[in-house]
Amino acid sequence: MSVEKISRITGPALPVRGDNIDTDRIIPARFLRSVSFEGLEHHLFEDDRRQASGTHPLDNVAYAGAALLVVNANFGCGSSREHAPQAIRRRGIRAVVGESFSEIFFGNAVALGMPCVTVSAAAASQLQSGAEQDPAAELTLDLESMTIQSPRARVPIEMPAAARGAFLGGSWDATGLLLERYEDVRAVAGRLPYVSGWR
Amino acid sequence: MPSTLLQKVWDAHSVRKLPNGQTQLFVGLHLIHEVTSPQAFDMLRARGGTVMFPERTIATVDHIVPTKDQRRPFLDVMAEDMLSALERNCREAGIRMFDLASGAQGIVHVVGPELGLTQPGMTIACGDSHTSTHGAFGAVAFGIGTSQVRDVLASQCLAMDPLKVRRITISGRLAPGVYAKDVILEIIRRLGVNGGVGYAYEYAGEIVDRMTMDERMTICNMSIEGGARAGYVNPDDTTLAYLRGRRFAPQGDDFDRAAAWWRSLPSDPGATFDDEVRIDGGSIRPTVTWGINPGQSVYVDETLPNPASIPSAERPAVEEALQFMGLKHGAPIAGTRIDVAFVGSCTNARLSDLREAARIVRGKHVAPNVKALVVPGSQAVRDAAEREGLHNLFIEAGFEWRGAGCSMCLAMNQDRLEGREMCASSSNRNFKGRQGSPVGRTLLMSPAMVAAAAVAGEIVDVRTFSDVR
Repeated sequence: MSVEKISRITGPALPVRGDNIDTDRIIPARFLRSVSFEGLEHHLFEDDRRQASGTHPLDNVAYAGAALLVVNANFGCGSSREHAPQAIRRRGIRAVVGESFSEIFFGNAVALGMPCVTVSAAAASQLQSGAEQDPAAELTLDLESMTIQSPRARVPIEMPAAARGAFLGGSWDATGLLLERYEDVRAVAGRLPYVSGWR
Repeated sequence: MPSTLLQKVWDAHSVRKLPNGQTQLFVGLHLIHEVTSPQAFDMLRARGGTVMFPERTIATVDHIVPTKDQRRPFLDVMAEDMLSALERNCREAGIRMFDLASGAQGIVHVVGPELGLTQPGMTIACGDSHTSTHGAFGAVAFGIGTSQVRDVLASQCLAMDPLKVRRITISGRLAPGVYAKDVILEIIRRLGVNGGVGYAYEYAGEIVDRMTMDERMTICNMSIEGGARAGYVNPDDTTLAYLRGRRFAPQGDDFDRAAAWWRSLPSDPGATFDDEVRIDGGSIRPTVTWGINPGQSVYVDETLPNPASIPSAERPAVEEALQFMGLKHGAPIAGTRIDVAFVGSCTNARLSDLREAARIVRGKHVAPNVKALVVPGSQAVRDAAEREGLHNLFIEAGFEWRGAGCSMCLAMNQDRLEGREMCASSSNRNFKGRQGSPVGRTLLMSPAMVAAAAVAGEIVDVRTFSDVR
């Protein structure tokens, strides 16, 4: 199955500061009580927002059109719930920029076609400050040149080669790829003693 | 060339190198539950796909099940919807399901091992981060998201990046009152909540060698809390003895053939690890978390960190955590009042965990104003505990004795904290809001420490109880 190639994302940024923001904070478990992902965006960071009494960036209308989320270290740690990147993507965010990501969150985001790229702590903070000072300022994330261009500066970004290749090549939706070699899968399964019945 | 268990299992399941450099990895056992699978089945249907190896997927229901009144239809309409969807999907795809009527239902990471489904040398995936639990058997087991659940249903494969291996050797002997839970909390405190990103953790050393399978599962379970997607223990006599005779374990001569293969899997002497960490297990003391991630912990006889004495970069996180928890820097953790005591979860709700908790509460009573509950990890654990009379010990001590499920670990059911309640919990995560109330507070510790806190009404050193193991 061919999917969209993703190389460049342009738009304003939404800064959410803090290390170790876990998936329970991104989307509290009570909103997972559904058989679909629909409407999750309405509950994105819900408890953090309530506790911030209106000061959470998501409650600032100036960020309504944000396309990039800028975070800090170990973002998305904790549960494997794809509901977390789903809620972010459904809120209109098309890429996440941060110091580091949990592995499962990163993989889930890839599967949704939402790149997560890493920058230095200083660059993350700089991008967040820029967005706080001018929420309308546009960033351009470019997976070809591996940079983010902000009005102030050009920042280098990093991403594992496999994920980058998947976005640039339009192969981030893995299902089709995994179904290509049905006979090879059967062969590997047949060689596994616990599949073949210990014979 | 000497290689690690991870490498051996990875190679045996590798279908091919994908064009982007990832590995197409065959998944030997796929476990599903009601929260992260319905959307995967919908996506598969939308693409006109079918389940390729239905016999390699097993389902149970755990996150949303009520633990009090489990009669169908559930009074909780959303929970009933989710379970019905799972039942329908399993029926249509020909997937075996262990439901509430099966006698084998429970938390997916408790059920897989106790049925003998989880075996050494397998690759195991499940839409749940605590899938790392199954690594205790020398399987390579990891959590996946819902799109990946769809991929496994469709192809029985995943596109995976290679994992590095960090061997963590825990030497010595655990002191009385110190449990597997304390060992993994120690590892996370030392290596950090993101120290394991990119790694599988291989747990080794005398202490791990001597551990029961239940204890090894507790350690592997919380690998993800240290950032490691997978954690494992090399299979040995303990592993084989646990598996022999289990319902889905190989039987008769097959078991011997299986055992021969399993014994070839442990990391070879001289294997190269990407990193090595050594911990003196003898120095570990009963541990309690005080913050909002599992790395923020102290020994029960220590005091909470003083922001003035820690690096300035870490200060805001410590301040935020202390403020959320309503705890004072420099104060002892012992004596912290609790409102709720929870013995449960895929980390610590197996029979041995219930036995340790019961040993502490025997002949005592839960403190006034403390709500205490014991939620067995599976129906089988519950039945076994009742055969030993553990339920009577708990009930007489003032605990509620519940049906099997995830319960208050993540509160996707009726079991949850209210308001700012403080909970002594044998579960795995102390994130803000984790136990159902956005401002509820969680202190993680071993089941014995939870039992002691329930009796005392506050955090107390389990080593002061005469019945401690």
